[in-house]
Amino acid sequence: MPPVDDDGASGDSNLIGKVTALLADYAACIDDDELERWPGYFTAQAQYRITTAFNHARGLPIGIIDARNRNMLEDRVTALRKANIYEPQRYRHIISVVRLTGSADGLIQAEAGFLVVRTMIDGSQDLFVSGRYLDSIDFSGARPRFAEKLIVLDSDKIDTLLAIPL
Amino acid sequence: MSQAPINPATALWPNDGLTRVPYALYDDQEIYDRERQRLFMGPTWNVLGLECEIPNPGDYKTTFLGDVPVVLVRGKDGSLKGFENRCAHRGALLCLERFGNAKAFTCIYHAWSYDHDGNLTGVAFQNGVKGEGGMPDDFRREDHGLRRLKVAALAGLVFGSFDARVPPLEEYLGPEIVQRIRRVLPRPVKVLGYYTQTLRNNWKLYFENVKDPYHASILHLFFTTFRVNRLSQTGGIIVDDSGGHHVSYSKLDDQPEQKGDDRDYEAAILRADHDDFGLKEPALLGGRDEFGDGITLQILTVFPNLVLQQVRNNLVMRQIVPRGVDQTDLVWINYGFEDDDEDLADLRLLQSNFIGPAGYISMEDGAVGDFIQRALPGTVGDTSIVMMGGDEAASSASRATETSIRGFWKAYRKVMNI
Repeated sequence: MPPVDDDGASGDSNLIGKVTALLADYAACIDDDELERWPGYFTAQAQYRITTAFNHARGLPIGIIDARNRNMLEDRVTALRKANIYEPQRYRHIISVVRLTGSADGLIQAEAGFLVVRTMIDGSQDLFVSGRYLDSIDFSGARPRFAEKLIVLDSDKIDTLLAIPL
Repeated sequence: MSQAPINPATALWPNDGLTRVPYALYDDQEIYDRERQRLFMGPTWNVLGLECEIPNPGDYKTTFLGDVPVVLVRGKDGSLKGFENRCAHRGALLCLERFGNAKAFTCIYHAWSYDHDGNLTGVAFQNGVKGEGGMPDDFRREDHGLRRLKVAALAGLVFGSFDARVPPLEEYLGPEIVQRIRRVLPRPVKVLGYYTQTLRNNWKLYFENVKDPYHASILHLFFTTFRVNRLSQTGGIIVDDSGGHHVSYSKLDDQPEQKGDDRDYEAAILRADHDDFGLKEPALLGGRDEFGDGITLQILTVFPNLVLQQVRNNLVMRQIVPRGVDQTDLVWINYGFEDDDEDLADLRLLQSNFIGPAGYISMEDGAVGDFIQRALPGTVGDTSIVMMGGDEAASSASRATETSIRGFWKAYRKVMNI
C-alpha cells in the first residue's frame, strides 16, 4: 500500500485511481443487480450506514440503514430477494471525482459525491438521491474492501422506499 | 345546520355504515380542500412534534398542521405557543429555518415583526418617512397578529389546533389512548434523528394502512420469511369511542423472564429461528422488555395525523403531512430517553433497521398506497370493502379485523359532515 502524505495524500494519483476503480466496481455491482456480490465489497466487521446531511451535521445517530457487519449486509440481500416486496426498479450511480481525505489505522479515507437515478419498470425515471460517500478503505488484503461506508444524503426525503442499497 | 354533500362522490356512500369507502375520497380536490378547512383546521388535535425539540425559551421549529405551515415556539416563560407561519401583511413565510432560536419573528419582506405570542409588535415605516406616507392613523397593530394555535402537550408530545372549540387534549384522546401514549413516553425524551418518506398517495391511504393489522403478516414477509413470527402472539386492538384513535399491540407468548441477561431473550427467539433460513446476524432480534409488560409491538394512532410506534425497542413519532390530493410526507422522528444506557441506546438504533423507508417490516407501506392511488382511475362510483371483523368500530381481541379502519371513517365522516 502506498504511503499517504501528511497533507492528506490528495496528490497520490495512483491511490486515487485505485479508489476510483473500487467505487466504479461497487456501483456497477449494484446497478447491474448483482447484489449477491455486494457484501463482498466490505470487510467482515464493516459499518454501513445511510444517514442525512441534517442528522450528520447535528450528530443525530439514526440511520436509514444501519449495518454493523457484513452478515447484516448479507441478510439485507436475502431479505430483498426473499422477503421484501417492491416494484422492479434499477439504479444508475453517477459518482464524482474522488477526494482522499486522510488515513488512520491503516485505512484510507476517501470521499466522493454521487447521484442515483432510479428507473421504474414502467420507464419512469427520477433523480432518486444525491449525497456523499464517506469511506474508509482497507487495502491490506487481496482486494480493497470498505471497512466503513457512511452515506450522507443531501436531502431528508426518500421517495416511496429505499430497497436496493446505495 | 348540516351542510349538503358537496360532491357527487359523497352521495355515493352507499349507506350510513362503515364497511364501504368511496374511492373518490382519495383523489378529489374539493374533498381535500374540505379536509383542510373542516378536519385539519377544525376541532382536532394535530401532532406537531416533541417538546424536547424546543427546550429553551425562544427555541422554535417550523412544521405543518395539515398542509398549513406553522411555527411552534417556546415562550420566555417556558410555555408552548404556536401560530401560522405566514406574515399578516403580505402573506410571506415568516420562518424559513427548520429550527432556530428567536427573540422575535421578523418578516424578511417588509420587516413586520411579531413576539412569541404572534402579536404584531413592529411595522417598518409605520409613521412614514419625513412625515410622508406610512400607515393610516387608524391602523392598529393589535388587529393584525398572526393566526394562533391552541397548543397542548402530553408526555412530551406536542399537539396544536386552529379551532378554539377543540376539547381538552386528554378528553379528546380518552383514557385508554392517554395511558398507551404514556406507556411509550414515560421519561424525558431525546431525538435520535429525522427522515421523511414521500408517499405518492392520498394521506388517508397511509393512515388506513397504519390502522390495518390485517395486512401485517401478509404484505410484510420479513418476519415470516425469517421464521421469527412463528411464535404464537397475543395482543389486541383498542379503538377509542370517537373511532379516530387506535392502538394495536402484541406480545410474544413464551417470552422468558427479562430480569437477567438480554441475551436470554435473544436465545429464545433463536431457538425458534435457527434453520437454514435464519438471519446470519441475529442481534437485530434481541430486545429488552423496557416497559415491563412484555409488549413487543405497539402501533398507536391519534386522529388525524399521529402514529406513535414501538417495534421492540425502536420508538418513533410519525407525523402525517398531506401535500396535495395524491402526495403525503411522512415525517419520522426516532426517539429514545435521556437516561438510556449505552446498550439500550444502541438497540434503538440497531432495530431502526426494521422501520423507515428502508425498513425490513415497513418499506412496503411506502409503496402500497401508491399502488391504490395508481389504480383509482377506474373506480368511478366504486367503493372499497372494509368488512373484516364485522361492521363495528370497537375494540377487538382479534387482530384479524379492520375495526380501526372503520373507526377512522366514523371519526372522519363526523368531522367532515359527509
